[in-house]
Amino acid sequence: MIDAPNLPLWAAILAGLLLVAGAAITLIGAVGLARLTTFYDRVHATTLGATMGTALTLLGSVLCFSVLQTRPVLHEVLIAVFATVTTPITFILLVRAALYRDRAEANDSVPPQ
Amino acid sequence: MSVIILGLALLVAQAMLALAMALAAWRIARGPRAQDRVLALDTLSGTAILMTLTFGVRTGSTLYFEAALILALLGFASSVALAKFLMRGEVIE
Repeated sequence: MIDAPNLPLWAAILAGLLLVAGAAITLIGAVGLARLTTFYDRVHATTLGATMGTALTLLGSVLCFSVLQTRPVLHEVLIAVFATVTTPITFILLVRAALYRDRAEANDSVPPQ
Repeated sequence: MSVIILGLALLVAQAMLALAMALAAWRIARGPRAQDRVLALDTLSGTAILMTLTFGVRTGSTLYFEAALILALLGFASSVALAKFLMRGEVIE
């Protein structure tokens, strides 16, 4: 099932560690998303997976495919740049919308404008 | 030996990502408000990208990377559109 018989041992260990670390950080972020109490707390937890989890998983993938030399690694760089650029935009827009909604309803949890 | 190590690491990573997707789906179902659901949907799409990448490493195929890129594009567009909708009540003014 795994197409990596030519992968040297050090590359396999390093790529495996990077992949597991990225997945673990993403899981920590998702646990925070499920466990934290307010929306503004949850936004912080979610960014773990969006930044460090993506970066580590992409590094593991880049390492694996670069050592195997099956193809250039431009795809992963493209995904990394795209994730880095789009994540802050999405969350700034979302938090501004949430703040607008909370202020429009005059909730006590947010400061007045 | 390297196949065993990488296979075990991929199995653990995919189990963790599946659990993360389940938690995000639970938050979508639970709410309590619309912005929580949009945030959880964005998390779900980001985790799906990572899951697709781990499948790409597992199979050694290039096809998964284009799928991951399209998932990233669609996730960004949908999250921005939903945030805009929450702010204004309409997407295109």
